[in-house]
Amino acid sequence: MSRIKELFSKKQQDVLNVYCTAGFPETDSTITVIKALQDAGADMVELGMPYSDPLADGPVIQASGLQALENGMTIALLFSQLKTLRQHIHLPVVLMGYMNPVLQYGFERFCADASACGVDGLILPDLPEYEFENEYSAIIKKYGLDFIFLVTPETSEARVRRLDDLSSGFLYAVSSSATTGKDKDFAAVEQYLARLKGMQLKNPVLVGFGIKDNQTFRSASRFANGGIIGTAYIKAIDGAADLSKATQTFIRGILEN
Amino acid sequence: METYQHPDARGYYGQFGGAYIPEMLHRNVEELAARYTEIMEDESFRKEFDALLKDYVGRPTPLFRAERLSAETGATVFLKREDLCHTGAHKINNTIGQILLAGRLGKKRIIAETGAGQHGVATATVCALKGLECIVYMGEKDIERQAPNVARMKMLGATVIPAVSGSKTLKDATNEAIRDWINNPSDTHYVIGSVVGPHPYPDMVARFQQVISYETKQQLKEITGNELPTHVIACVGGGSNAAGAFYHFLDEPSVQLVAVEAAGHGVHSGMSAATTQLGKTGILHGSKSLLMQTEDGQVIEPHSISAGLDYPGIGPLHAHLFSTGRGTFLNATDEEALAAGFHLAKTEGIIPALESAHALAALNKLELTPADTVVVCLSGRGDKDLATYMHAMNQ
Ligand SMILES: Cc1ncc(COP(=O)(O)O)c(C=O)c1O
Repeated sequence: MSRIKELFSKKQQDVLNVYCTAGFPETDSTITVIKALQDAGADMVELGMPYSDPLADGPVIQASGLQALENGMTIALLFSQLKTLRQHIHLPVVLMGYMNPVLQYGFERFCADASACGVDGLILPDLPEYEFENEYSAIIKKYGLDFIFLVTPETSEARVRRLDDLSSGFLYAVSSSATTGKDKDFAAVEQYLARLKGMQLKNPVLVGFGIKDNQTFRSASRFANGGIIGTAYIKAIDGAADLSKATQTFIRGILEN
Repeated sequence: METYQHPDARGYYGQFGGAYIPEMLHRNVEELAARYTEIMEDESFRKEFDALLKDYVGRPTPLFRAERLSAETGATVFLKREDLCHTGAHKINNTIGQILLAGRLGKKRIIAETGAGQHGVATATVCALKGLECIVYMGEKDIERQAPNVARMKMLGATVIPAVSGSKTLKDATNEAIRDWINNPSDTHYVIGSVVGPHPYPDMVARFQQVISYETKQQLKEITGNELPTHVIACVGGGSNAAGAFYHFLDEPSVQLVAVEAAGHGVHSGMSAATTQLGKTGILHGSKSLLMQTEDGQVIEPHSISAGLDYPGIGPLHAHLFSTGRGTFLNATDEEALAAGFHLAKTEGIIPALESAHALAALNKLELTPADTVVVCLSGRGDKDLATYMHAMNQ
């Protein structure tokens, strides 16, 4: 059973996936941050690979990526950092990034190295499902990786079903059509999440974009299996003197009852 | 028949093209792909579009035989005078088309990116004409070097938003425009200014610009008795004026298609925008094409004196023309372009845009004979570049 499947077999509610940027705030903080998230009580980590032109990201995550690139982060360096991943980390880890750096690294080589490091899945938002099916899904499967598609409130029901069908691990429900870090009107979001819930999808659903505190996390968890937090966490550790402490405080704030 | 004109159903020209977009853009891009040809071929659309090109833009633009330039070059040189279009460049052919199309799709808010400001001005102009809200993203660096166009956009009622990320030029303005579209999925149409972006943009923009070569063919026939030139030369930023100037000659193998990229300080100076010379296959702004990038797949910030050519990619049609050898890809440095601009002013009394000056600079790089008929696409006029020209004059 994959680590992601195992997680959802044990926990169907309030699953907390936290996004962090590889190589941010320091080149060498990648594992430190993942470990801090694990110790603080996160259930899963979405590790962002920095890219010069991240189309789906708002200013905060853009800036963290830029900082990481200035720190000298590359995919090759990331995999060398992740060599020891499974010595410290039992949480599922998914890599999120954009197609171009992955293509330059070599798609198959990328999957092979990710899998060898103990990475569990991939999120590549600019890989369309047509290309995925045609060229990439067989390679992803070969290396035992899950692949997670995004759906939005604009995605038709038929298409949600198709993307659910192609996904494994979980389905990423973008809370509203937006780049990361935008504030959302959660009432409208709830309607959409209720619709998704009613569809009885194959995969668990995690809600991302606009989740930033206890209230929005609870709200996401009511209609889905949990939420993904990115921008708010990056803000919380940006400039923090003690990464573990800042992470503890932040996660406690999200999970408090 | 095999054709270079159209991509396949998925938007591929050979191995280049496609639609690499996040799900947040899927519905808008798919709607566009499903409807653009039907709308463009509709009788009432054609009528409205053609009438505006004629009465508002001033088409057909002249095909001018440049006598003194011909004498110097040793071939017959014609200038396709896109600089005489309303707003001063070919860009308006596309903005009229896309904004009429956006109206048919029920969109009320128009966004655009711009480099030199010509596409921004052309978009703001047509939005003013149609009473639509217009937001233009422009790199902070370009706002500085293309001040007259920023003032024009504002006077036309557009909101100009500086792109402050990355290299603060055209690539980053495009990123910001795409992010705006993601955040405004229902009422907004994104008017891309070149033959770049996800399918169907490259094909749609090429179709709106094909009028350039359509007219050229007829005019050549009238003037010389032969509708085919031996060479067509155009500069390539994203490649829209080149796509338009090449379009009806793409499947005429006797016509040499010459695309001129900006070499900046020199192709290998580290300050260049010559994508085919420096790029590898990659994905930027939603399509697979040639792209200037690091070994790690990070996009390299290009350089050109000409803001309209300061882009690290090219449209997928051009990547295909390059990789198949159908197109001849040359480049001109900042210095060569400036010299060609000054030279045209003195020999023909025309001040060209710095972008177009790159195309003119290629005249010296081709081995031409008296039997050759060369069409240079003079994509725009140089008023917007006067500060740069004057700066060079004082050096
Ligand atoms: C006059 C002129 N020519 C050429 C270009 C380059 O664009 P494209 O390669 O799409 O024609 C621009 C872009 O701003 C321009 O203003």
